[in-house]
Amino acid sequence: MSIQVKYFASLRDRLGRAEDRLAATEGMTVAAVWTALWPETPLPPNTLAAVNMEYASPGQLVRDGDEVAFFPPVTGG
Amino acid sequence: MNIELRDAPFEPLAELERHQASQDALRGRYGATAIFVGTMRDFNDGEPVRGMTLEHYPGMTERHLRRIVETAIQEWSLLDALVIHRVGALRPSDPIVLVAAWSAHRAAAFAACRFIMEELKAKAPFWKREDAAAGTRWVERNTPG
Repeated sequence: MSIQVKYFASLRDRLGRAEDRLAATEGMTVAAVWTALWPETPLPPNTLAAVNMEYASPGQLVRDGDEVAFFPPVTGG
Repeated sequence: MNIELRDAPFEPLAELERHQASQDALRGRYGATAIFVGTMRDFNDGEPVRGMTLEHYPGMTERHLRRIVETAIQEWSLLDALVIHRVGALRPSDPIVLVAAWSAHRAAAFAACRFIMEELKAKAPFWKREDAAAGTRWVERNTPG
């Protein structure tokens, strides 16, 4: 199954790219998506995650076709 | 209810007037309008700031703003609400955000306007990057309300 991954703001700058595509496996969590893509980079503290544009916990399962996003704390307004 | 992201400067009070005039259903019914305008400062963390870029997560931003405003309308029985938020490049003194809430009486308008603003700051996926003397830097967290 295939997952679209997006990075925003300072996290995107730090990683040097805005998007990834991952051939994910059944039962994969949001945290496992990060580890599969960035095995040598621990998820920076305070990083937030979303699945299909809804905030998600690290333990949430992903499904085929999901859009997963990782980003720093939001600072709008 | 109206929610807009703008990539160019806007005039909050002119927007307020235009929105109010365009809503026939509002006429004669509201007794209270509470508004909040957030404006870009020329300093942050004790340093001068020359400009700012607002990035967002297209799609997620609109979805969360809509949900926040719908929640406020329901919770406080608002007659209407308006949110306009900038994205892109800003200069000091540029408005960043306008929140307006219309209700029959003032308590609901005040409370809903505050709620929308605080929820927006906590949940809407916007990020500020400042252009300071030492170069550009991402704003890491919101200041307490």
